[in-house]
Amino acid sequence: MTTAISSHDWSNLIQTDRVHGSLYTDEQVFQQELEKIWYRTWVYVGHVSEVPNANDFVLKSIGPQSVIMTRDRDGQINLLLNRCPHRGNQVCLEHRGNRGSFTCPYHGWTFANNGSLRGFPFAAGYEGADRSQLGMSKVARVGIYQGFVFGSMAEEGSSLEEHLGAARAALDALVMTSPEGEVEITAGFLQHKAKSNWKFLVENETDGYHPQFVHASIFDVASSGIGDLYSADSTAVARDMGDGHTEIDLRPEFRRIGKPMGWFGTTEERVPEYVAKMRAAYGEEKANQIMIDGTPHIMIFPNLFIAEIQIFVIQAVAVDETVQHVTALQFKGAPDLNRRLRQQTMGSVGPAGFLLADDSEMYERTQRGVNTRSPEWNYLGRGLARERRDADGFLIGDATDEVTTRGIWAHYRSLMEAQ
Amino acid sequence: MSEAITPELALVNEISQFLFREARLQDTHEYDAWEALWTSDGVYWVPANGDDIDPETQMSIIYDNRSRISLRIKQFHTGKRHTQEPRSRLGRVLSNVEIIETSGDEIRVAANAMVFESNLRAETVWCTRNEYLLRREAVGLRMARKKVLLVNNDKALYTLSFLI
Repeated sequence: MTTAISSHDWSNLIQTDRVHGSLYTDEQVFQQELEKIWYRTWVYVGHVSEVPNANDFVLKSIGPQSVIMTRDRDGQINLLLNRCPHRGNQVCLEHRGNRGSFTCPYHGWTFANNGSLRGFPFAAGYEGADRSQLGMSKVARVGIYQGFVFGSMAEEGSSLEEHLGAARAALDALVMTSPEGEVEITAGFLQHKAKSNWKFLVENETDGYHPQFVHASIFDVASSGIGDLYSADSTAVARDMGDGHTEIDLRPEFRRIGKPMGWFGTTEERVPEYVAKMRAAYGEEKANQIMIDGTPHIMIFPNLFIAEIQIFVIQAVAVDETVQHVTALQFKGAPDLNRRLRQQTMGSVGPAGFLLADDSEMYERTQRGVNTRSPEWNYLGRGLARERRDADGFLIGDATDEVTTRGIWAHYRSLMEAQ
Repeated sequence: MSEAITPELALVNEISQFLFREARLQDTHEYDAWEALWTSDGVYWVPANGDDIDPETQMSIIYDNRSRISLRIKQFHTGKRHTQEPRSRLGRVLSNVEIIETSGDEIRVAANAMVFESNLRAETVWCTRNEYLLRREAVGLRMARKKVLLVNNDKALYTLSFLI
């Protein structure tokens, strides 16, 4: 990008119906995003079911930062920055495991799994040192909602509940897809890299305009109803839920069809065990509603995408590199459904996925495309003339409208303008 | 000379030729001919996060049964599989062909492959250790199972949309 904008004029770079291409390519913009978004707001890190037992840990991330998610002996979830406070070595190299303490391989300093310093070898050399100041750094705030663990590196700020806002209802609905009311993340993650800026991924997750084109190949050969959900005739709704969160609300379509398990492309006869458990747990009427409505398609800003049957965790690594961590949603008490969720997820996502390999191709081509000098701007005006408010006051549009993308950018701008 | 070709040597040669043919069909995107190398119960498996995960409970990069192999091929044929339009340019070297076990009609084979891919993004080298279960059918050798162990399968990977 050649336009010289020295001190970023966010109100110029981000306008109602267009955004400047440099926002995806400028290294300085990326560095500011790290400080103002990734290391400040609530970022999704992991799920409590990934560390079910005391002393379990799993290696996670917040943007480029390596974070150890631990469950300590008291059952509390901790998010530790993976750096030894002594000489900066990486403390934890295992992807997951169970241990009450971590010992730095460099000089043998040992830390409890809540980060506090337990001891160092040849302690006489540290006479007078304040051990309480020599623990591992922790992500300042940890928040958990319906088992989803978020971290904020800012000491102060809005609560997780405030940050999630309207997205809370989607997470509440999601867990009720389980007859026991719990989601589990137990199938391991595929890690799919793309040579692209992270915001192209965030935008795409609730872009209802692209599926008919990007995914035409699989819609042509697999019997899937997904394509119809994003047709011009679809009654599904694109919604800006505020706070940067956006969704494609497919419930109007599923309710119109009115068949339990239709959202999952199956029928109740195919998963009888699950359907019986759901009706026993919630009663016939409520269970039917849950099984007709299906699971959300929601992008929780900045990095958690719940895509009906799977979750994506978006990790910004560099201005032009992003990793998508993706796994099947698993619903506690629903083994017959879970097997199908894993099979469908494996087919559709990850480096060889029927869907995501093509999405990622577009992310990379778009990244190269916006380096082209002109017209400098990406145009986001689709559906602007037919935006409307729903009963809750949220801006909505047709399923293929860019009301979602505009919502993401409005929130992004507010974060980048904040001091 | 013919006395010098033992049955073992003949088998190694037959299997090597079969695997080289599979490699060439992958490199040149001859999808239907490649699909014809599978048995009717073929399984094409590329694990993630290690070599010995349970594919029935853990996510794999590819875990295709025979009908999903067929779907993968059909998707290529639409001409709209964007990540393979244009096709990756590929060249692979297959080596270390080793017969692990012969049992009735079935032969377990190991081999290593280095694959060089050139596509719109960049040039990428993929290194794999492959395990095959071959079965002798009326038409000749066929693949009943192919397990591809990417050396870097525990890390984040770029799109892998060609036949590995």
